[in-house]
Parts: sequence; C-alpha cells; structure tokens
Amino acid sequence: MTQAQETNAMHALTIRLQDEMFALEATNVREILDPVPITRVPNAGAFVGGLINVRGNVVPLADLRVSFGMDRPPADTDTRIVVMEIELDGEPMVAGILADKVYDVADIEAASIEEAPKVGMRWPAEYVRGIGRRDDDFVIIPDMQQIFGARANPAANSN
Amino acid sequence: MSNIDPTEVFRQEAADLIETLEQALLDLETRPDDRELVGLAFRALHTLKGSGAMFGFTAVSEFIHEFETAFDRVRKGEAAVDGRLIAAALDARDHVSRLIDDPDYDPERGQAILGALKIAVSGEAKASQVSEPLGTSSQPAPATSEAAAGWRIRFKLATDALTLGSNPLLLLDEMRGLGPCEIVADASAVPPLEEIEPQHSYLAWDVTLKGPVEREAVDDVFLFVRDDMELTIEPLAGDDDVGPAPVAAVQAPLPAPPKAETTSTAEQQETGPVAAEPRAAAAQPAATTKAERNATLRVPAERLDELMDRVGELVIAQARLSQLAETIHDPSLVNVAEEIERLTSSLRDTTMGTRMVPFGSLFGRFRRLVRDLSEDLGKPIDFVTEGEDTELDKTVIEQLADPLVHIIRNSIDHGLERPDTRAELGKNPAGTLRLSAKHRGAEVAIAIRDDGAGLNAERIRRRAEEAGLISAGQSVADGELYRMIFQPGFSTATQVTALSGRGVGMDVVKRTIDGLRGSIDIDTVSGQGTTVTLRLPLTLAIIDGLLVRVGADRYTIPLAAVEECVELPEGIDAEARGRSFINLRGELVPFLKLRSLFGAENEPDRFQKVVVVSSENTRVGLVVDQIIGNNQTVIKQLSSLHSGLKTFSGATILGDGTVALILDVMHLVGFGQKIEERRRAETLEKAA
Repeated sequence: MTQAQETNAMHALTIRLQDEMFALEATNVREILDPVPITRVPNAGAFVGGLINVRGNVVPLADLRVSFGMDRPPADTDTRIVVMEIELDGEPMVAGILADKVYDVADIEAASIEEAPKVGMRWPAEYVRGIGRRDDDFVIIPDMQQIFGARANPAANSN
Repeated sequence: MSNIDPTEVFRQEAADLIETLEQALLDLETRPDDRELVGLAFRALHTLKGSGAMFGFTAVSEFIHEFETAFDRVRKGEAAVDGRLIAAALDARDHVSRLIDDPDYDPERGQAILGALKIAVSGEAKASQVSEPLGTSSQPAPATSEAAAGWRIRFKLATDALTLGSNPLLLLDEMRGLGPCEIVADASAVPPLEEIEPQHSYLAWDVTLKGPVEREAVDDVFLFVRDDMELTIEPLAGDDDVGPAPVAAVQAPLPAPPKAETTSTAEQQETGPVAAEPRAAAAQPAATTKAERNATLRVPAERLDELMDRVGELVIAQARLSQLAETIHDPSLVNVAEEIERLTSSLRDTTMGTRMVPFGSLFGRFRRLVRDLSEDLGKPIDFVTEGEDTELDKTVIEQLADPLVHIIRNSIDHGLERPDTRAELGKNPAGTLRLSAKHRGAEVAIAIRDDGAGLNAERIRRRAEEAGLISAGQSVADGELYRMIFQPGFSTATQVTALSGRGVGMDVVKRTIDGLRGSIDIDTVSGQGTTVTLRLPLTLAIIDGLLVRVGADRYTIPLAAVEECVELPEGIDAEARGRSFINLRGELVPFLKLRSLFGAENEPDRFQKVVVVSSENTRVGLVVDQIIGNNQTVIKQLSSLHSGLKTFSGATILGDGTVALILDVMHLVGFGQKIEERRRAETLEKAA
C-alpha cells in the first residue's frame, strides 16, 4: 500500500512545527483535536510526557518538536492535536501528536520526494524519511516508526 | 457470526471435551468402579468423534472411533478399569490433542497406543488381541470403508425439519450425485388435508442407490440433518429385490456402536447401559443434560472484553453525570444521577463477575502433570488442592498456568526427595504437594507447598556468587536470596534432568508474575519443605480508587491497598532531619513524598496528608497535597511508550474527562526504598 503511494503521490496531512512544515501520512490520521487537558506523566521524558483522553481512551501525547530539537512554546490558538495510528514493533498504536498548526491535506508528488541528505541537515537523519516539495516549500516527512521506536523502550526511565 | 472460524469453534469445544475426558480418567484411577465417570468419559469421546467428523478432522475422529470402541468394552462392563487402561487412555488422549493440531502426527504411535488400549480392555482374556489383527481394521468393518454394490437408504426427516430450514430435495439431489438412484416417496404418513400443517414434513423416502459408493459418502449426505431424523442405511445385497425396507430391519446392522449413532439422535450420548432401544433410552438423559447445559453459556472471550470496555465507558460517563449534578444542584437531577450511579456500580460488579473463573479450572491440568511427573521420577506424590472456588479474572488465570507448571515441576524434581531418602529421614515415603488459592483483601494468594528438602541457601549463594548476582560475602536477606532462583539461567541442580535444571523456566515465572503486577515469596525450612506464594491483584479491569492531588496533578491509589489517611504532623521535614518516618500509634511507618518523586513544581499545601498503604507486608505512607475522595476507577493500560514506568499501573479517566494515572503501590514502595537506600549511601559517604 505504501509502495503504491510512494510511487504516485503521498496523501499527506501537513502541519507546522516551529517554522517547518511536516507531512504526516493522511491515511493514518484518525482525527484532529483542539487542545485538551494534558495529564503529565512524571519521569516519562519530554517526548511522550503526557496523556490525553480521546473519546474515552487514554492516548499518549507525543511532541515531535522534542525529537527534532525545536523550541516548545506553550499552546496557542493554532495548536492542535493530531490523533493517528502508528505501528510500533509491528503493533498498531494510537498516539496524539502535538502540532503548532495544522494546514491541510495535500498530495505530495513522489517525484519531488528526496532522501534526507546525510549532511547539512539540522535534524537527526534517522528521523527523516524524506524531504518533499510543495509549491516552493520543503516538507519534512518524518519517520514515525523510527521516532517512536527510539522512545518505546525508555531505558532512561529510572525506577 | 460468519467471521467465526468453524474449526476454531471445534478446537475450543475439543479442548473442553479433552479436559473432561482427562478429568474423568484421572478420577477413574482413584474410583475405578464409578460408572458415572465411565459414562462421562465415553460421552466426551463420543461427542468429540462426532464433531471431529463434522468439521473435517477425519484423522481425529477415526482415531477416537477406535479409542471409543475400546472404551465401549469398559462401559459395557466387559473390561475392568485398571492402571494400565488409564495409562493407555491418557496416552490416547494426548494423541488426540496432537492430532487436532496436526492430522498427520505420527500414525505409528497412534497405532501403538490403540494397540495398548486394546490389550488393556481385553482384560483377563488376553487371547482376544489375537482376534484383532491391526489397529484400524479391528472394527467389524462397514463404518470406515466398505463400498457395497449399493445402498438402500430410508429416511424421514423430523416433523419440524422444514421449519428449521432443511430441504429434502437437496438431500435427494446429493444422493443422485453419488450414483444412479431409484427414489420412492412414502406418503403413508401424510394426514388428511384438513390436518396438514403446511410447514411440517410428512414424507419419507426410500432410495436405492446403485454403484460402489462408500458408506461414509452416504453418511455425509445426512450429516447436518441427522438429529431427530429416522435414517436407515443398509448395503444392497447384490440383485436385491426392490421394495420398501421394513423399518424393523434397523435392528439388524447394529452390532457396533457407531451404527447405533445413525438411528439415534446425535445429541443423545446415552448413559444407559446399551443402546438397544436408542430412542427410548435417549429421551430421559437428554432432558436432564439439556437443563444442565442451559445453566452455562459459552461466550467468546472478546465479547466479554468488549462488554467490559462498554461498562468502563459507562462508568466514566456516569462520573461526569454525577459531577454535573453536583454543580447544578437540581434535586431531581441528583436523584437520577444517584440512581444511575447505583446501577452502574452493580452492573460493573456483575460484568466483572462474568470474567471471574474459579481457580479450580486450572487444577485439572496440574493433576495430570503431577501424576506424570510422579511416574517418570518414581516419586509417589500426594497432591492436595485447596480453594478450587477462589475466583480470579480470566486473563490472570490464563497467564498463571505456565508459571505454576514450572513451579510445580521444580518442587517435584528438586524439592521432594526420593522415596528411599525420605524413608531414611523418617518422612512419609510419599511426598505431599499442596496447591492452594485464597483471597486476601484485593489480592489472591496462591501457594505451592512441598514437604521436601527445602532450598539450600548455601548452594544458592554459591551459585549467585558464581553468576555475579551478588558479590562474595555480601549479606543478603534470606527471602532475597531465595528469589534469585527466578533469575534467568539460574539453576542449582547439580544434574540436569529432562524436566528441569537448565535454569529455563523459573525466570518465566518471574516475568509473568511481574507482568500481572504480582509478587513472589519463597519460604523454606531446611528438611521440611518449601512454600512458593504468588500474590496477584484480583482484577485488571475496574477497581475502587482513592483520588489524591500531588502538586497540580491528580492520581488514583487503589483503595484496596489503602489502610488509613492521616495528616502529616507539621514540622516534620524528613530530608532535613535525616528521617522519614511517622509515628503511627507507636509504630514507625516510613513515608514517601510523592511531590519530590513526581517532580511537582508548585507550592506544597500547608497541611500535607499521608495515605498509608500496605504492600506485601510493609506499610508505607504516601505524602500528598490533598485527598479528594473515592472514585470508581476504570483501568486503562498504558501504551508501550509508557509501559517502562513501573510507578504507574495504568491510567483512568475522571469525571471531568481528564486522565489520571493510577499509582502502583507495590512498585512505588520499591522505588521509594531505592531512593532511601541511595540517600543513606550518600550520607554514609559524606560521613566517611
């Protein structure tokens, strides 16, 4: 399935994190929420430091800005939570992703997607699946499996 | 409906039947004269054979057919129950479960088992084994593969067969498909027009099927309508004269029980001695078994899980309603809210009740395990079980089976001494293994006690030092030392046996029990035995909780763990004075400041509260800012992103829709103790 999408176009939900545009696989997105009360999880680390209630389910809230070493200003009127399915060690999981702003759903031409350059990039290369182009802007396609996989076994958690 | 795999249904049913069979066999070993047990075992076999054939498990049903034939001799009183028979029958039972998994499983072994079974039932007259040449063909024949020149089939469907959706025309078509047929309808039973019930089936058919068709193929035609119908199938003897076959002829080809099956209802499973008059014999037992069956209902586990989820959501919605009612202060709304609260909590209890399974459901397989081990190792064992009725959440029960197998195996292999050694020590040569389960507050304690040699603390210590788990000479509490046997790769067995000693297994125990958020205790007295106690939380779904506030966040503490709440005496600043104990009616109870544990940032409340909780045998105070109150807590598992955090056993959703974490008392205490130790070590360093 992803194969087909990659050869044609990526159906993507575009969001803003700090000043960068990110593209999330639209088919995995379940819903987009206005900010809800976030429950802090002590000692869980900043990346998944919170839990939210999504229709009666407890869902971890992830902040990709932590993975990409960005600033984390408090939520404002543009802030949204993108609830999406993420495959983690072969198991599907639902997580919320904090977005500074949600733009729209767009097709990103496969031809425009390039591999992440190994050098000259501010972001950790393993977290970037590719860089696409939309109009004249670059769109970062994050590698969710990598990002979440790295956090799934929090060895850092002291207990 | 349609998404349920029928073979899966069969497997489940088969698992139950096999268990019934096994229990009956094991009971027979102690009460060989109990006819009811024989009947029970026979019925289980019979049903298993029938449904096996129906779901296409031919190998299974053929094997069971032979098994059943042998066992039928016991049922008829022609053979006595003895140890040899039970052993052979248990082997056969094992073979059946293997065949269900793999129809091609080792047919030679199957034959060998059947052979042993036959010898066992041939009783005193050993000669009879001569008359029975080979496994499968021992049966008088027609059942499996006789292909006669043709068949005469006479059948009449049950009166209500049409209402139930059977179509006789399809059956006739199917028979035509088998070979050239002559079909004669017998309308003699059709009542006068005014008495005809249009939906009833009155016709009977005589079918003469010519051609070399196997008996089974004919049987298959009627596979799904066999219940309650009249059916006779006889081989066509050469140029037989055509004519309606007398129904009385039914009695003629009845020597083997499988034939009786075709004339009797499939449901019947006769308890009577011999099915000479199947229909009459069937009537009464069928009535009683039906009533019994209605008492329990088989429900797919996932449906129960779904129900539990819904109830969980209801509880959350109800909490919101209650909160709303409180803020609005409308008496009628408050009334409704209270009513709903009451209903929800009883619905919750009922739903949880449906998930509770008696612990005794596990005992069965352990009896078999103990029996086999006792035989293999030549150690006579008296296996005692207690607390069969103790109920536990089904998911807990399922996961407990494996760890208990390992513990029991270990106790028998390593714990219990050989009979001669026991005799020398003045003990009863037969060892005793006691398995018990009982409720203790919100926990269930499961104990496995043997009266063997006890753990050898010296040997464990040596092994632990070798493995680098402790440093030489380090002082370790006994309990902690014993728990080391649950470390991966840890084995003190000087000799590796087929059963244990490889050090695999006991770490599985620990992992599973940890996963269930339980704990393991080991008690041992040298020369007198070892007791392994597993403590497990009662349920994993909904609990009563105590909601507290720490800093700006709210947390739930399982109410069952809470002993009391007190105010933290003002002026106790634990860290500064190097002590963190409160005096509780003369007893010193250590406490943990949740604020510092959880990194709370805002100003602490002036009057801090202490929630005293007990875990295992220690009491610990948890210092919080505010105690908010009781609430029903629907436990939601944390995702794998947070599963590494042992301080929390899950999360729940509060009345206002926010999420609150549930504190895991047991692990929290451990966490606190670690911090304590670290601080103590630091102060020691400073002092040095």
